Amino acid sequence: MNAWEKLALAREATRPTSLFFINSIFDDFLEFHGDRNFRDDPAIIGGIATLNGRPVTIIAEEKGNSLKEKSVRNFGAPHPEGYRKALRLMQQAEKFNRPIICFVDTQGAYCGIGAEERGQGEAIAKNLEEMMTLKVPIISVVLAEGGSGGALAIAVANKVMMLENSIYSILSPEGFASILWKDSSRAEEAAGVMKITAQDLAELKIIDEIIPEPDGGAQADPETVAKSVKNAIADSLVELCRVSPTKLADMRYNRFRGF
Amino acid sequence: MDLKEIIKRRREKFGDDLKAIKGKKKGLPTPEIPSDLFLVCPKCKKSIYKKDVREAHGVCPSCGHLYRLSAVARVKYIADEDTWEAFDFKIARNNPLDFPNYEDKLQQNAEKSGMHEAVLCGRAKIDGTKCILCVMDSHFMMGSMGYYVGEALTRSIEKATKEKLPIVIFTCSGGARMQEGMVSLMQMAKVSGAISKHAAAGLLYVTVLTDPTTGGVTASFASLGDIILAEKGALIGFAGRRVIEQTMRQKLPADFQTAEFLLEKGFVDMIVDRSNIKKVIGKILEMHG
Ligand SMILES: [Zn+2]
Repeated sequence: MNAWEKLALAREATRPTSLFFINSIFDDFLEFHGDRNFRDDPAIIGGIATLNGRPVTIIAEEKGNSLKEKSVRNFGAPHPEGYRKALRLMQQAEKFNRPIICFVDTQGAYCGIGAEERGQGEAIAKNLEEMMTLKVPIISVVLAEGGSGGALAIAVANKVMMLENSIYSILSPEGFASILWKDSSRAEEAAGVMKITAQDLAELKIIDEIIPEPDGGAQADPETVAKSVKNAIADSLVELCRVSPTKLADMRYNRFRGF
Repeated sequence: MDLKEIIKRRREKFGDDLKAIKGKKKGLPTPEIPSDLFLVCPKCKKSIYKKDVREAHGVCPSCGHLYRLSAVARVKYIADEDTWEAFDFKIARNNPLDFPNYEDKLQQNAEKSGMHEAVLCGRAKIDGTKCILCVMDSHFMMGSMGYYVGEALTRSIEKATKEKLPIVIFTCSGGARMQEGMVSLMQMAKVSGAISKHAAAGLLYVTVLTDPTTGGVTASFASLGDIILAEKGALIGFAGRRVIEQTMRQKLPADFQTAEFLLEKGFVDMIVDRSNIKKVIGKILEMHG
């Protein structure tokens, strides 16, 4: 499958979203709300749960499923307060020495008036800087679409994984074609050159691991894919939890220093 | 200065035989005016003597409009005389997507701007205080950040951390360098990581946001200064104006995403006149010395 076909699969309405994975993989999920400053952003879900008995912090971009839910969740496009909630919960995770698991699923940070007024750029920047210093394991999994800074803001991780048919990009192929070629109808061609598939990004070492999907994508067999995601996270956690706190931050710094 | 003044000056310098300066109605220049001597200010529409603009560090002498400065002009103005030592990192340009014609485009931009890439980095003194100074240049690929810019900034910040020096970064950028795809996105994390180490060492980081500072640069190091200064009227934001207008299906007010707007919303410490900026940075460095 080429990048364009994968993108179509990643955008299919039936593809399972973050909440499905959270509920399938973890036990006793407790959702925590709000950035303690402005409001709760439903486009980012956060909270704590256990994985095989170990407490973890979860941060996830959630697009929603029904039309009503999509609208409440702003189609998974977070506002600055969403990223600030994520940071608050990640800092809480560090305080209590809990690993952090992030699920990336957004076309990008929201491009709106309120988002600019409340400092979308500053919110993302702060996450990039602070995530570099956290002394607990961070694992990020791209589920469907990882769009630009809005995805990176929860993906400065020790390990970055992607589902086989997900994509992770600097910008949507439509946006890329419209900026570089002034023609958004050339999106398919853009998808072809942008290197946005899990396979391309593994080759560039921008991601560490690809989690397989069946024919027809994760939507064809969500339970099995959730199990694979669970195993991948659990295996990485075993490995990362052996590393000392300072070393974890150094590892993460060096991972990104190499790009 | 209005056109009459300019003509008077030009006559004093070049005599009375310049047919070119027979201004027509509304004081607009006739087409014969040599374009290398004059420019028409995009804001006040007056004809301005280029040399006057240059001497005022890119400020329109008539209306105060700020022209985008080249990194070289900026460094000349900000660094104390004979203190600038440019870093020569010998960073190779790269084309991770094998993007068609990208190398040619870089070469054209280099020739046009006189820059090797979109940022100049070095050591300097500003009003007597030593610091690391990095200046982006919008004349090279709109100051966009790809591998070269990210790596040059990261090495400069690392030097500052190692040498226990404050760092001053002048930002102006259209954001991430699209032609380098995800490698560009990774630069945002890399540079922010270097800033986190500089911060942990208790060192001072000053950002000066100049026109335009947008996208991935706003969403990384531009927003991370201990002290964030901005130039009057500069466009500063995350998303592009057109994208926001399309998303919101409404027109945005004229002052949206200006330095003044950011100051009001609490994201900028100070708006500083260009004529005063060296002095302000000098004072800040001195007080942290
Ligand atoms: Zn003017």
